[in-house]
Amino acid sequence: MQLKQIRFILIQNRAGKTRLAKWYMQFDDDEKQKLIEEVHAVVTVRDAKHTNFVEFRNFKIIYRRYAGLYFCICVDVTDNNLAYLEGIHNFVEVLNEYFHNVCELDLVFNFYKVYTVVDEMFLAGEIRETSQTKVLKQLLMLQSLE
Amino acid sequence: SRAGFTGPENLSRVNLVLVKHYSQTLYTLYIRSVYHNLSKEAEIKRINKELANIRSKFKGDKALDGYSKKKYVCKLLFIFLLGHDIDFGHMEAVNLLSSNKYTEKQIGYLFISVLVNSNSELIRLINNAIKNDLSSRNPTFMCLALHCIANVGSREMAEAFAGEIPRILVAGDTMDSVKQSAALCLLRLYKASPDLVLMGEWTSRVVHLLNDQHMGVVTAAISLITCLSSKNPDEFKTCVSLAVSRLSRIVSSASTDLQDYTYYFVPAPWLSCKLLRLLQCYPPPEDGAVKGRLVECLETILNKAQEPPKSKKVQHSNAKNAILFEAISLIIHYDSEPNLLVRACNQLGQFLQHRETNLRYLALESMCTLASSEFSHEAVKTHIETVINALKTERDVSVRQRAADLLYAMCDRSNAKQIVAEMLSYLETADYSIREEMVLKVAILAEKYAVDYSWYVDTILNLIRIAGDYVSEEVWYRVIQIVINRDDVQGYAAKTVFEALQAPACHENMVKVGGYILGEFGNLIAGDPRSSPLVQFNLLHSKFHLCSVPTRALLLSAYIKFINLFPETKATIQEVLRSDSQIRNSDVELQQRAVEYLKLSSIASTDVLATVLEEMPPFPERESSILAKLKKKKGPGAVSVELEDGKERGELNGGADRGGEAAIAASNSTPSPSSDLLGLRSAAPVGGPAPSAGSLLVDVFSEAGSAPPSAASEDPAPPLFVCKNNGVLFENQLLQIGIKSEYRQNLGRMYLFYGNKTSVQFVSFTTTVSCPGELQSHILKCIPSLTHTKPVEPLVEGGAQVQQVINIECLTDFVDAPLLNIKFRYGGALQNITLKLPVTINKFFQPTEMAAADFFQRWKQLSQPQQEAQKIFKASHGMDTEVLKAKLLGLGTALLENVDPNPENYVCAGVIQTKIQQVGCLLRLEPNAQAQVAPPPPPTHTHTHTHLCAHALDSHTASVCPSLCGSHCITHCTHLHVITRYCIYVKDPHRVGSSKSH
Repeated sequence: MQLKQIRFILIQNRAGKTRLAKWYMQFDDDEKQKLIEEVHAVVTVRDAKHTNFVEFRNFKIIYRRYAGLYFCICVDVTDNNLAYLEGIHNFVEVLNEYFHNVCELDLVFNFYKVYTVVDEMFLAGEIRETSQTKVLKQLLMLQSLE
Repeated sequence: SRAGFTGPENLSRVNLVLVKHYSQTLYTLYIRSVYHNLSKEAEIKRINKELANIRSKFKGDKALDGYSKKKYVCKLLFIFLLGHDIDFGHMEAVNLLSSNKYTEKQIGYLFISVLVNSNSELIRLINNAIKNDLSSRNPTFMCLALHCIANVGSREMAEAFAGEIPRILVAGDTMDSVKQSAALCLLRLYKASPDLVLMGEWTSRVVHLLNDQHMGVVTAAISLITCLSSKNPDEFKTCVSLAVSRLSRIVSSASTDLQDYTYYFVPAPWLSCKLLRLLQCYPPPEDGAVKGRLVECLETILNKAQEPPKSKKVQHSNAKNAILFEAISLIIHYDSEPNLLVRACNQLGQFLQHRETNLRYLALESMCTLASSEFSHEAVKTHIETVINALKTERDVSVRQRAADLLYAMCDRSNAKQIVAEMLSYLETADYSIREEMVLKVAILAEKYAVDYSWYVDTILNLIRIAGDYVSEEVWYRVIQIVINRDDVQGYAAKTVFEALQAPACHENMVKVGGYILGEFGNLIAGDPRSSPLVQFNLLHSKFHLCSVPTRALLLSAYIKFINLFPETKATIQEVLRSDSQIRNSDVELQQRAVEYLKLSSIASTDVLATVLEEMPPFPERESSILAKLKKKKGPGAVSVELEDGKERGELNGGADRGGEAAIAASNSTPSPSSDLLGLRSAAPVGGPAPSAGSLLVDVFSEAGSAPPSAASEDPAPPLFVCKNNGVLFENQLLQIGIKSEYRQNLGRMYLFYGNKTSVQFVSFTTTVSCPGELQSHILKCIPSLTHTKPVEPLVEGGAQVQQVINIECLTDFVDAPLLNIKFRYGGALQNITLKLPVTINKFFQPTEMAAADFFQRWKQLSQPQQEAQKIFKASHGMDTEVLKAKLLGLGTALLENVDPNPENYVCAGVIQTKIQQVGCLLRLEPNAQAQVAPPPPPTHTHTHTHLCAHALDSHTASVCPSLCGSHCITHCTHLHVITRYCIYVKDPHRVGSSKSH
């Protein structure tokens, strides 16, 4: 059986600006830049009637659009599409709760907090924690240390 | 959805608040550049100013306090994330790691995770800080440290912490959140450096984390367990029953039981999926009770899909269906429960018409795998109309692609005609991106399920008509092979292709097929005045000037065949051949054909002509080369791939011996094993200009230059490498392996260069060297070592080359070459290549010069039968003095000139060096051009003590022979007679090469 895992997570806006990039495989910087551009090109041309999945190189991108932001997870072709699609939504709901109606600039200026949220929920290319309650409790605890 | 992102249109409104809310400096940096519409240059200027400021702070006399340090490191990170390069601040970030404040530590770790690469010099300092945090017993700090390891995952970190993390993971007093991080951290290290993560007492305790009360711990630990189980299934098999009972508890719980872990009324969807995934590492449980419980779970999941939804939200149905699809994957994986398979199929059938595009897509995809199960194949087939409809009406091309894949998968004899017709009509409007694959699929289905071959011919000609540009050579070669092999379809094929050629604009591929088929079977329709020989010729020739050189070459061959089939066309055709545009064509190939064919038609008698231009004999049956091609293409429709070889023209019009070999095999219609190397080989004669029995056309093949060496997985070490040390060991569409080796005494070093020929990276690239059977490590040591510090680069980027070094030590003599196994993933499919490394005993030859008297004296001394090996073999392509000499030198021996009284003969001397012994060898090669040498009885090896030596020589002569035969001349019937005499010296540890054993 093939081992499946998340290859990377990207949050991009419609203009292609990266708001978060989390890599779970070794890529060099040029390759990362190429991937970022390719993902943007692949995802932004799709309309709402299309699936939330798109084949990408040897992988597939599971993505969902929230206002002007695309949340993309790159996984192996045989991995579970819907689980990751809801994984994205679960993550977005946590962000929304944590930042009280999250907006794009929250991700820009609080980038270091966003990384913490990601690491709480996804680690080493796997889903680490799915309970919104538990994640938020932990985040509030960390916030109190600031 | 509850989450509402403010769109960019609202940004200006939000800004006012942000001024206070966010750090002033970050704000000015960012907002100035974005909202004051700074030019790129101005932005860079601004950033550089800021960087200079930070640099001066770091370099300043005043030591910065933790807060300022954090602030500036954070700014650097921010600038980096805006897309600018950062080349300082690493040390300050490392300093932050030892802070006691969470925020400072966190920024330090974040900087390192994002910016420090694994081979940084700072790694020791970083590891030190991590070590302190891991032993701090502060769960927050421990998690930060673990996340850093998981994010960086370098080998140095694995070396430092692979022992510690398992202890943290299974310790009784570890906090739940730390356990979660530790489990995934360990997973990362195991994937990156499996050799450093040692199984031990902790392994069994890890399995029991499946029982942990904390669902988050289970969620994290199960990923680790799945990975470990897939690598060591036996050690972890107790996880099956634990996973089943955990799953059963979740599945049967009410939608609110699991509280925190219920997502839109679905209990623990992600954990359920992971449990179902873990079970896919194993066959169905043997224990009846466990199995019963699992089947119950799967049934419950299928039942729930039929229940009315508990929420109208898409999140609810997605979460529920995520579990359902994973359950169906498990059912398909087991492929043993007909009842469940059919139920799964029915469920997917419902989804095929669902209003959610996602579900239609997933149903098509999942059904594709169901179609291959004998239990559900029929059930899948009932959905054919829906799938055809999807192919026609879906808006998303990837959904249409899945529909095409499914049609291909569900095709059998009963519905082939319908499916092929639908695919053909889809092709007319299909997206360019998927046409080539569609063409291959149609071609394969048409061949596989052809009941009458006229339908097959129609289909392929339609394919060429509709999508000629996408019809690869394999496709039209194949139709010709099939027509030639089936005389019942030849007349029909000729008639149909003749009609197809009538079209004013027809594709060049049609001309190729037309030229070939009319050249062979035009006589079958020549009785009809509408397709009389001259009409046929004129029709073909009317296309001539529009075609490329290869097609023109093929047409010229068709013309010469016409002269044989229809003497009445001879004058016309000779006229054409004689014209300046042919006989003086600037293309050498065309000119040569025109000249040769013209000459042939004028000097050869009818009988000779009839023999030379005889109808093509049937091709040996073998696997369709199209199928091989499709397998190579990625996509779920294609089955998993064993490595196939060879591709296009370079391969097809290979070297002289190859083309000749195939042509000869074809003309004798006895497929010799030597020609049976590749599926494509059989196509070689087709690709060329209809080579019939005569050797005349054989040399036409020889102009293509040297063929790329090829090796199917079963091939012996390419004989090529017996006498040479460098070259291309293996090549296919994806991968090229170059080799460079050097030998001294009994030691060797081999450099392997793995080149990725594609533009896509190879994942999980691993190589292993093993010594088969007798060739154990005590005979030949092959120690692969890498020039990199990493054991094997798991990724090979597109177009990149990875180098590997193998050190070889020959301990004693051996026969079998060590095997090199290469595994990697390309396009999701596992590629598995096994090659013999070209290590042969002669590599350890040390040449020995000696005078004639010396040589013959020794030769006579070695007179016992067990000291001699003789071999007589045909030089299938003749002998060229220089080539032979080069081969003998390449063998590693010294070629002794002016030693043998017969100048025709070659004598050589050398010593094979192994660690425990030396084998002195004298070799004499007697070419015999008369070919009347009766082979002497094979040397008998009734030896006890000398067995290893005889062995060595046997293999050595055996491997010499093919390489000697490899010279590329066309003379036949010459023989080479090799006599080798040898003696063994057992090495004395103190006095090397002293005592003679016989």
